[in-house]
Amino acid sequence: MSDVLVPRNIVGSTLAEIAEKDPAVVVLDADFYTCTITEEYKDRFPDRFVEVGIAEQNMMGIAAGLATAGMKPFASALAAFCTRRACDQVTTSIALQNLNVKILGVYPGLFVGKNGGSHQALEDIAITRAIARMSVVQPADAWELMEVLHFAVRHTGPMYIRISREPTPRYIPDNYTFQLGKSSLLRQGTDLTIMTYGELIADTLEAAEFLSFKHGIKARVLNMSSLKPIDTKAALQAARETDCIITVDNHNIIGGLGSAVAEYLSEVHPTRVKRIGVRDVFGRSGSNQEMKRKFGLSAEDIAVQILDYLN
Amino acid sequence: MQKEEVERLEQIATELRIQVVKMFEAAGSGHAGGSMSVAEIISVLYFNQMRINPDDPNDPDRDRFVLSKGHSCFTLYAALAKVGILAEDALYHPYEVDSPIQGHPELGICPGIDMGTGALGQGLSAGIGMALAARMQKRDFRVYVVIGDGEANEGMVWEATMLAPKYKLDNLVAILDYNKIALTGPIEETIPLEPVVDKWKAFNWHVLEADGHSVEELLVALEKAKEIKGKPTMIIAHTVKGKGMSLIEGMRNSHAMAKFSHDDATMTIKELMSE
Repeated sequence: MSDVLVPRNIVGSTLAEIAEKDPAVVVLDADFYTCTITEEYKDRFPDRFVEVGIAEQNMMGIAAGLATAGMKPFASALAAFCTRRACDQVTTSIALQNLNVKILGVYPGLFVGKNGGSHQALEDIAITRAIARMSVVQPADAWELMEVLHFAVRHTGPMYIRISREPTPRYIPDNYTFQLGKSSLLRQGTDLTIMTYGELIADTLEAAEFLSFKHGIKARVLNMSSLKPIDTKAALQAARETDCIITVDNHNIIGGLGSAVAEYLSEVHPTRVKRIGVRDVFGRSGSNQEMKRKFGLSAEDIAVQILDYLN
Repeated sequence: MQKEEVERLEQIATELRIQVVKMFEAAGSGHAGGSMSVAEIISVLYFNQMRINPDDPNDPDRDRFVLSKGHSCFTLYAALAKVGILAEDALYHPYEVDSPIQGHPELGICPGIDMGTGALGQGLSAGIGMALAARMQKRDFRVYVVIGDGEANEGMVWEATMLAPKYKLDNLVAILDYNKIALTGPIEETIPLEPVVDKWKAFNWHVLEADGHSVEELLVALEKAKEIKGKPTMIIAHTVKGKGMSLIEGMRNSHAMAKFSHDDATMTIKELMSE
């Protein structure tokens, strides 16, 4: 297997592999399979592939109906549209009924090609996190995504999975098994802890390296792929063992990982939590690098914000 | 069609209405109009048409029912109690936090509910999912979805309406409880639905019309729907909001009664029994 993989590129093949063994798996698409990369699944299981057209709300309702009959639907669309647009359907037809629907949202956060504000999901974690019964996950890399998809088909209950389209090296350790509510260590450190997920892991690690090299600050970095529930054990440990916690969100700082961590720690172990992320503004069109610079999420920006916060 | 069967189903519709009135009395309020207009539809489905298994409400081969206009659920709860799926005692604890009788039907809380509804516009999509599941699982169950006319304002209803014929879902029957009045008044004032038959025909459904208070006409339409191959069927059931309850029947404010007294119940039950 190659050293770098695009997470979304393994969705179709992994779902096909799962569907081979599980006749209950069904994939729903909202005219997006060439972008969710579910074509391989579609070709291999045409009778268990439902194309609803550009109608995410209908897709969620149909997924709910399939799940009532014991099917295991994976409903896939652009992250913004399967959460923002279909929010009520996801809430009342799926979660309120405790139905076993997995929602695959591709292109989460800022990185939606050059599509701009209408397509950027900067609210999707906040929305799905606030829905009772819903689990929320963004895998760090393609390898973790494979694990998450295998986990999802075994897991009973609604789940929202954010899927990146950025090429990524492997971050998860060998023999890794995904568990809800469990983080993984990306970098050892004792001075402070940086928590992130998905697309911004590379920049966060680079920022941590810079802090160490230039300033002698040893930052622990955690992959918080389980966004709900978060790894409360690791958060508490970080709060006890390191001076402060920094969160890096590819999302609005309101309602994202930073909120989840601050909410938890403020109750059990009040700790300084600095939230880095999109600061309650809408996104723009641009290359990933341009976007990171504009919204303060490049490695350099992350490092500067951390240094400012520490001073 | 046997006269006795028609009379039996008419009698059941009346019994359902009486039960619903008692539930309104226990609750002190209720979505009266739609619960009354849907009584014959639910009588015919649950007591003649649908394959249900009271011993196993989750039988995978049972026919499915989705009350997309979930606010009319008291009539459904009454039917579920009458077929023996729901304990009758539960009917007298409506809207209580630990009761299966919630304001809108919810899966996992009330036995016999095939799909939770309440947020309008979503039931037809769930019905499509069920009908597709039948095909994928090679089961021959049928799916019945009752939608409201006010509910048809929701765009999602039309997303579902547009999709179902693509999958040739002849195991799916939608019934429009066309009582012509929504929450604030006649749908002519909110969004007119006419020409309603032409609309569903234009979306490639097989469309039938029936008097929604005629058990006989409903039976004819539902039997006809079974013969239709390669497309879903929509039955436009012409009904009267609040049917059988003179307090509100046909009135613009018949959607819900914020207060429902013992005297209201006594009077309405008397009317229904004298029918």
